Amino acid sequence: MYVRHLQLVDFRSWEKVDLALRPGPTVFVGRNGEGKTNLVEAVGYLATLGSHRVSGDAPLVRHGAAQAVVRAALRREDRELLVEVEVNPGRANRVRVNRSALPRPRELLGLVKSVLFAPEDLALVRGDPAERRRFLDDLLVSRTPRLAGVRSDYDRVLRQRNALLKTARLARGDALATLDVWDTHLVELGGQLLAARLALVADLAPHVARSYAAVAGPGAAAAGLGYASTVPLAGDGAPLVAGEPTARAAELSAALRERIAERRREEVDRGMTLVGPHRDDLVLHLGPAPAKGFASHGESWSLALALKLGCFALLRADGEEPVLVLDDVFATLDAGRRAALADVARSAEQTLITAAVLDDVPEELRDARVEVGAGTAVLVADEEGT
Amino acid sequence: MYEGAVQDLIDELGRLPGVGPKSAQRIAFHLLAAESADVGRLVAALQRVQAEVRFCVTCYNVAEGEQCRICRDPRRSTDVICVVEEPKDVVAIERTREFRGRYHVLGGAISPIEGVGPDDLRVKELMTRLMDGTVTELIIATDPNLEGEATAAYLARLVGPLGLAVSRLASGLPVGGDLEYADEITLGRAFEGRRRIDA
Ligand SMILES: Nc1ncnc2c1ncn2[C@@H]1O[C@H](COP(=O)(O)OP(=O)(O)O)[C@@H](O)[C@H]1O
Ligand SMILES: [Mg+2]
Ligand SMILES: [Zn+2]
Repeated sequence: MYVRHLQLVDFRSWEKVDLALRPGPTVFVGRNGEGKTNLVEAVGYLATLGSHRVSGDAPLVRHGAAQAVVRAALRREDRELLVEVEVNPGRANRVRVNRSALPRPRELLGLVKSVLFAPEDLALVRGDPAERRRFLDDLLVSRTPRLAGVRSDYDRVLRQRNALLKTARLARGDALATLDVWDTHLVELGGQLLAARLALVADLAPHVARSYAAVAGPGAAAAGLGYASTVPLAGDGAPLVAGEPTARAAELSAALRERIAERRREEVDRGMTLVGPHRDDLVLHLGPAPAKGFASHGESWSLALALKLGCFALLRADGEEPVLVLDDVFATLDAGRRAALADVARSAEQTLITAAVLDDVPEELRDARVEVGAGTAVLVADEEGT
Repeated sequence: MYEGAVQDLIDELGRLPGVGPKSAQRIAFHLLAAESADVGRLVAALQRVQAEVRFCVTCYNVAEGEQCRICRDPRRSTDVICVVEEPKDVVAIERTREFRGRYHVLGGAISPIEGVGPDDLRVKELMTRLMDGTVTELIIATDPNLEGEATAAYLARLVGPLGLAVSRLASGLPVGGDLEYADEITLGRAFEGRRRIDA
């Protein structure tokens, strides 16, 4: 798919901008702080209903404005898709698709497919497990939209259960009498989420391994993905092998239930839920060793890039070509990684690239440019042959 | 900030559910500009609900007098009770005309985040109603969301030893929603196809 037209109203620094776009690579070029990332961030927002730079919607609304609007016309095979999101911090957002309102914003998830790579992605390798869980869950929901409901219900059950555990110690009467009913929800939803994540990691692993090999060049160690869970799993954390079946939701729910029972006393003492997918981690391997704590800076960058290119390849293999967004990354990559990234960027149906200096972007990607400056963004394209 | 009386009115309106500061201001100035007869009717309506409307001593539905219209109606069956969260759910179910028994209004659902546990709901009162053996069937019609499901599961377990037939509204209701937003046909169907919970 590709974005044919993007319109922003009071989104970040943009009071109003209307921008026609084309398939193929386009470079957004302009001095730092002019609003290039803000433009492509909006495309990412349509895919995940979140930003790659901040959590929460408030920073996305232009200072002084009450709401932001992101409106995009996309082309998906031969069909036109019009998506409009009204961002209302502190209140429910509103989403319309082809002019009809969706009952809930999260029903948009999975419709607009996009993969965004940015300097912030180094945190996928070096940051907290929460970063990697979010990475997995966003990809999960993009492939299987039904899981958006499972994820948000799981989060809500967790908040309810933690609130109950927190008050349990000081509570009047038998506060724990209702813990069981939350446990039932927790293991049911947790089992579904776990099963989906495991299957996803197994599907993603070969794509990440291939991307890593392309990015890191010959002689580099092999990249692998594993899943470390608070629920006992066979081969916990070890690299998953593509094609081997992963555990099913019912088994995982049963394992989760057992583990919760074992740790009940500890949970009451600490006033929080200690087992479940919210405490798990995606484990990145380079050769035989886990990457975390061992990978060099260059290897960490390659791995972060390979994770995102792996997502791109997986979504493409699913049959829907995502929009590739590369925010300010070419300047920081060495020649080998640039070339590997340029190969993918050229092959994508649409690639949106931001750069402060045009020369940082490989030449073959520069034909179409959006010049960003002084509050405007204008598409300039070199015609074929000139 | 406005002068005393106006600001007081804005503050009071702002405490109402679903009314933010801006709407509170808008309503306040609307009332200031309105005919005094219109405002008089609103004041009278507020005073009347306060003076006359009570919660039914039996089922905790809204009632004028000791008992609500449904509990007073001798044609309504006394052997089945439908448990709901709020009085507005009684109205929604009555619209379907599928149910001819009595109700029990819990006054909410279990939600630890909001500090609501079984002791904050009319659960003990429900148990008292079930003790004398008249009631043989219990239909749990709490909202089809996590808190409603948790409340239903808790109640089903609690009344299990009494040996009643306990059922839950069948699926088909919009998940994650509010009972009151379900249309009559969907709600009616969910009622007819209610499924037995074996505690
Ligand atoms: N909510 C907002 N309201 C107004 N301006 C904003 C908002 N969020 C970010 N900005 C401004 O946007 C600019 C950064 O834009 P960005 O797209 O990151 O620049 P770049 O072109 O370097 O990628 C900064 O000047 C920042 O102050
Ligand atoms: Mg930028
Ligand atoms: Zn009554």
